[in-house]
Amino acid sequence: MIQITNMCKIYEMGENSVYALNNVSLHIAKHEFVAIVGPSGSGKSTLMNMLGCLDVPTSGSYYLDGHEVSKLSDNQLAEIRNNKIGFIFQGFNLLKKLTAVENVELPLIYQGVGHKERVRKSIEALELVGLGDRTHHTPNELSGGQQQRVAIARALVSSPPLILADEPTGNLDSKSGTDVMRTLHQLHENGNTIVLITHDNNVAAQAGRIVRIQDGMITEDKEAV
Amino acid sequence: MGFFQAYKMALKSIAGNKVRSFLTMLGVIIGVGSVITAVAFAQGSTKSITDSIEGLGSNIITINITGRGSNRNITYEELKTFAEENSGDISMIAPIVNGNMTLKAGSKSRDTTVIGSNEDYEYIRNRHVQSGRFILSFDNDYKLKTAVIGSAVANDLFEGQNPIGQQIKINGQIFKVVGLLQEIDGGQDSSDDDQVIIPVTVAQRLGRNARISNFTVQAADSATVDPAMAKLTAYLTDKFGNSNAFSVRNQAQMLSTLNSITDTLMIVLGGIAAISLIVGGIGIMNIMLVSVTERTREIGIRKAIGAKRKNIMVQFLIEAIMITGIGGVLGILIGLFCIRFIIGGLKITTPVYSPFWMMLSFGISLGVGIIFGLFPAYKAARLNPIEALRFE
Repeated sequence: MIQITNMCKIYEMGENSVYALNNVSLHIAKHEFVAIVGPSGSGKSTLMNMLGCLDVPTSGSYYLDGHEVSKLSDNQLAEIRNNKIGFIFQGFNLLKKLTAVENVELPLIYQGVGHKERVRKSIEALELVGLGDRTHHTPNELSGGQQQRVAIARALVSSPPLILADEPTGNLDSKSGTDVMRTLHQLHENGNTIVLITHDNNVAAQAGRIVRIQDGMITEDKEAV
Repeated sequence: MGFFQAYKMALKSIAGNKVRSFLTMLGVIIGVGSVITAVAFAQGSTKSITDSIEGLGSNIITINITGRGSNRNITYEELKTFAEENSGDISMIAPIVNGNMTLKAGSKSRDTTVIGSNEDYEYIRNRHVQSGRFILSFDNDYKLKTAVIGSAVANDLFEGQNPIGQQIKINGQIFKVVGLLQEIDGGQDSSDDDQVIIPVTVAQRLGRNARISNFTVQAADSATVDPAMAKLTAYLTDKFGNSNAFSVRNQAQMLSTLNSITDTLMIVLGGIAAISLIVGGIGIMNIMLVSVTERTREIGIRKAIGAKRKNIMVQFLIEAIMITGIGGVLGILIGLFCIRFIIGGLKITTPVYSPFWMMLSFGISLGVGIIFGLFPAYKAARLNPIEALRFE
């Protein structure tokens, strides 16, 4: 599913080169639930940007679902993101002026799916995360946990092979956080591949496998107990 | 992503910021509105002047006396005598004095164009009476206070009555109505039916301007137009001592003078339109840039989810085009309103509604949207998704 080999990301800060990722190699198989853990500044956000095809590495290769994506152009990356990746962000990142169902529709709009089909799939996705009765509410009318579940519906509406969650519980109270984690587990059981990025060991412990990252290098890679 | 979707998104964003969108449009609205109004006014005036020149009949020569560079003058009698001496070339000559005067009959009053002329005016201008008689030479010879009135005047002041033989006060002096002109303009206010014709000798006294600055001459036939003009020019040059004090022109020359004035007018209008639309366009670019900055996060989300540069570009471009398009439509409506109620209402001239100019100014406003929307849209499309998502 994911095969990263010798990936480096170097930022030039004046005369210094900062290795945000230093020779990282990582393999993630289909249907895995992996947590990537590390403190801030460890390079986990950079790794997340690479995994999410938001940025390209300085060197190394990245195969996602059989495609080499480390050398693609902006527009090609956008297409990969659209078709292969569902994003869940810490800050939900919903569009405030759109209703829940309109937010969920967005990835399908950029795929060129017709209106009826979009609405049908979006409502299905919202029902799956338990928000079938909130389809026409705007984000402001929903609680944090509900907003994050709308974001999850948006991430899974186009059935992408990879779901990438960046601190999905970071902005939520513990009950909503538990709800969101339960939804992610449910998705995992349905056969989705999930990569969870977090600094919280308790959250990470719920994944099947934990990858620790420090100073741009992977320091530990183990099955969770 | 279809255009319909982009269109819906743009509409939503414009409707979500009504006041700002309206203020942004204002430049285009004012630009388009003023162009349409100005064109209607210019074409209306041009048309009425063209009509009156063409309505002069054939073989017409006009004389304009400015008196520039000369302290001498010429009277109606002198020119009349000259015309009679050259009757082989000149068949008729009508002096013209006109001004706006206040008419009163009984308790009613109105402001109307009063023309002072003679019996030849009837044939030169093709203004015949439907009842009564026209001004005759003895009206001028004896300075009789007689008047021939247009149908608009008759309908207003003598509603339903026969105006012939009635008395009418013009600037306080009592005149007798001797004729009613044929209706040629549907009896509308401010048209050629809203006129009164009186003897020129009386008009000179009434208006306190002893000098007549306009004469209309009819040549005997088309072959004598040129010799008649030459003779008149020679006679007037001799009379005034120089050739700057007057002008002698035929119909074709008058039309070409008018056309050159119209062309200049259109260039000026075009310039005003261009400037106001550029100003409007800069306003749109400014707001679109602000909008792109404000919506950086939205752009980041859309790009993360899979929007390509093209999608973002189209979204912002359509928004700009829609703002100017709506502005263009509102501008046309406001222009039509101004034409109807300001030009029409103040009876300055009969405006011409020009669909060509409306389409053109609408098209230009769309063009302004494209040109000035392009840079902000390009900026939005180029945003880096990671930085855009981090934007607070």
